[in-house]
Amino acid sequence: MSEIQLKDNADQTILDVPAIKIQTDHHGAPHGYKRWLFSTNHKDIGTLYLWFSLTMFFIGGAMAMVIRAELFQPGLQLIEPNFFNQMTTSHGLIMVFGAVMPAFVGLANWMLPLMIGAPDMALPRMNNWSFWILPFAFSLLLLSLFTEGGGPNFGWTFYPPLSTQFSPDSTAMFVFSIHLMGISSIMGAINVIVTILNMRAPGMTLMKMPMFVWTWLITAFLLIAVMPVLAGAVTMILTDKYFGTSFFDAAGGGDPVLFQHIFWFFGHPEVYIMILPSFGIISAIVPAFARKQLFGYHSMVYATVSIAILSFTVWAHHMFTVGLPLAAELFFMYCTMLISVPTGVKIFNWIATLWRGSITFEVPMLFSLAFIVLFTIGGFSGLMLAITPADFQYHDTYFVVAHFHYVLVTGAVFSIMAAAYYWLPKWTGYMFNESLGKWHFWCSLISVNILFFPMHFLGLAGMPRRIPDYALQFADINKIVSIGGFLFGLSQIIFVAVVIMAVRGGKKAPSKPWEGAEGLEWTVPSPAPYHTFDTPPEVK
Amino acid sequence: MRLFKPKKIINTFMLGIVSTPLFAQQSNINMTEGVTGISNTVYSLHMTILYICIAIAFIVFGVMFWSLYSHRKSKGAVSASFHESTTVEIIWTAIPIVILIGMAIPSTQALILMEDTTKADITIQITGSQWKWHYRYFDHDLEYYSRSTTSQAEINNEIEKQAHYLNEVDNPLVLPINKKVRFLITADDVIHSWWVPAFAVKKDANPGFINEAWTKIDTPGTYRGQCAELCGKDHGFMPIVVTALEPAAFDDWLAQAQVTAKQQLQAEQQSLTKTMDMPTMMKIGEEVYNRTCAACHQVAGQGIPGAFPALQNSPIALGDIDKHINVVLQGASGTAMASFAKQLTKKELAAVITYERNAWGNNTGDIIQPSQIDAALNSINQ
Repeated sequence: MSEIQLKDNADQTILDVPAIKIQTDHHGAPHGYKRWLFSTNHKDIGTLYLWFSLTMFFIGGAMAMVIRAELFQPGLQLIEPNFFNQMTTSHGLIMVFGAVMPAFVGLANWMLPLMIGAPDMALPRMNNWSFWILPFAFSLLLLSLFTEGGGPNFGWTFYPPLSTQFSPDSTAMFVFSIHLMGISSIMGAINVIVTILNMRAPGMTLMKMPMFVWTWLITAFLLIAVMPVLAGAVTMILTDKYFGTSFFDAAGGGDPVLFQHIFWFFGHPEVYIMILPSFGIISAIVPAFARKQLFGYHSMVYATVSIAILSFTVWAHHMFTVGLPLAAELFFMYCTMLISVPTGVKIFNWIATLWRGSITFEVPMLFSLAFIVLFTIGGFSGLMLAITPADFQYHDTYFVVAHFHYVLVTGAVFSIMAAAYYWLPKWTGYMFNESLGKWHFWCSLISVNILFFPMHFLGLAGMPRRIPDYALQFADINKIVSIGGFLFGLSQIIFVAVVIMAVRGGKKAPSKPWEGAEGLEWTVPSPAPYHTFDTPPEVK
Repeated sequence: MRLFKPKKIINTFMLGIVSTPLFAQQSNINMTEGVTGISNTVYSLHMTILYICIAIAFIVFGVMFWSLYSHRKSKGAVSASFHESTTVEIIWTAIPIVILIGMAIPSTQALILMEDTTKADITIQITGSQWKWHYRYFDHDLEYYSRSTTSQAEINNEIEKQAHYLNEVDNPLVLPINKKVRFLITADDVIHSWWVPAFAVKKDANPGFINEAWTKIDTPGTYRGQCAELCGKDHGFMPIVVTALEPAAFDDWLAQAQVTAKQQLQAEQQSLTKTMDMPTMMKIGEEVYNRTCAACHQVAGQGIPGAFPALQNSPIALGDIDKHINVVLQGASGTAMASFAKQLTKKELAAVITYERNAWGNNTGDIIQPSQIDAALNSINQ
């Protein structure tokens, strides 16, 4: 990793870096709404992304609460099936495109320039634009819920003909909001690549970059590769529905299964887009609190690249029941199983990093350790799902719901929480309330498992996903799951409290608040000045 | 008034476990072993891989937690400086690959077996449509629809839920045991998925395409499943029930069902000559409407704005009779309105159209006769 030499006394370190002196002379942030609306500053845009993501996390979460309330007991109590479908669809879209992805882009914005010693992102105006598209995209999506006939109700995977001939009038709004999200993501990805490839400080070779930078670089390439595919898919949905084409309509010579191939060619790399930056975060935090260098840095980089490449060869494991030829089923089964090898390497490397470290359990570390265990559980169920004959039983049941929530909530979301706690002192200049942070962690950890673990049982016992009502043998477990859901939802309010308190004040954070932390971001003061690294640092 | 009594339902359900042989092997927290050779194979594959995963988890998490416990800073642990070992990396790449190959071999064998639909003894065509299943016995001249029989009152918590709540149908699919049954699976409108866990058969029903699957049931009994692919509003209300009979009993059932179907056809022919009166037609029409049309157009004909049009005061229900008949018989292309020509008898069609034209204040006074439907169908077929 970066071989920059940091002294033990953090405050001393700042003075050693000449760039910092210049910063204090530089002008600060503009005032008022213009600071945010016209911002080209990577830190402000990062902050905007992160607040946006948090907002969407709560809106999507509120929808999950509606879903779990309806499923609390058998029978229809609160909402109509059609509205239930709108809730599951919007929940998925908002969490994927509104909460998880913008959170990672926010972290990239804040941290990448600081980690590679760059003064800002390479394309700051485009950076502004890629953020400010998002509020419009999601307003469009959310507004569609209030149109006559309701919002999207065909699942976040929007399989035709349900999303074409049988979809509500608001489908055009859905399509355009996906287009906007895609444009935003592609611009964000271009910015990340250009920044990383061109703006590293002298001496920071590719193989000295922190893992978070590596994983984001690879993620950005994945984004550029697959977001246009998604754009193509939604455009074909649009023309099939409104302009009389028949890409996916057998009556006109099309094929509904074609859509699924296109969608999952986007969708599977998308899954890794949502987890690779997590790997980078965990690879930063675990060494910091184990006070020991990351084990197997090179193999971590190669493993990430392998996962990214393999992610293009596994898409049809989402469609084993769609009627694929045997050869295709075997190919996709083998490739999917293979992906567990580089993923395993990552987990083993983290554990080897912990081994004979000097470990402490601050909040970012707690979330990271929970990530390692719970993401691995999601990996195990993923391996089970890869086994095609067994997948015929698991497919489209709550087993799948359990699997991807382990990967995305206790995986991606937990890593985002870990990152937020890890870098919050750098962002705000104040230490967060440690005991409240621990409350947040333990409440989340316990409730998230009450929420998602029993879903495995539901799925195995035969409960399909996306149903508003269920047979009586599923009643007990659904009740437990719903209670877990409400508790997990409530626990996140603690997080908001911690963040707001840390923004408003508290114990002053030194430039390097974590003893074992490594990297250039800890060489600048906390909070990071508005402009950093005007003169690039020297990395040895 | 308490709408829902959890205890009572659990009790009913527990009774169900004891009394029905189906649930004897149906676990509430694990995959069913099922009643076919394939489903047993799938179950043991599932359990084997689960155990392998649990074993790996014990080792990996064991090492991790041991390290967390014994290499704590608070215990005075000082961190070591090692950070790379190619040998170790190769070992923990190679071992998983070996384990995976071990998993892949039985999985491949099972999959090859599952995809072999040749040499079937009997073929059933399964067609999914919003929100019911249609079964056709190839070479036996028998076909029928299978719909959920769970009442709206149960769903809306007005009356107590029965033991097989949401898992019961009017006409179950009847199959013989010990015979290789081939399924040809397709759909009329959107994608559905036909799933019976006890057979380990789940296959998507794609409109315009035909998928194949097969099963060979070992034990007689009633097996339940449901649609497994989101297919719109009532996706959750599209159950599958299969009754498996001894081959002799199956042959009896088949013969009986064919006779009944013939009688129904004759009754249908006779009904064409009769002239029906308004009260009878309204009564039949209401029953048919609530069973078939109300899911979308709603019981009071008000529809769901933006999704399903209202029939009350609608231009179709108040306008030209032939147009109205035509929409019901053929559906409306590009919309969710399906063709009902084959789903209902001529008498039922006549009654339901009569009902739609006279219920909820539509009061057109029109009575549609089965013979009119017959005439319309003839002109469509020409």
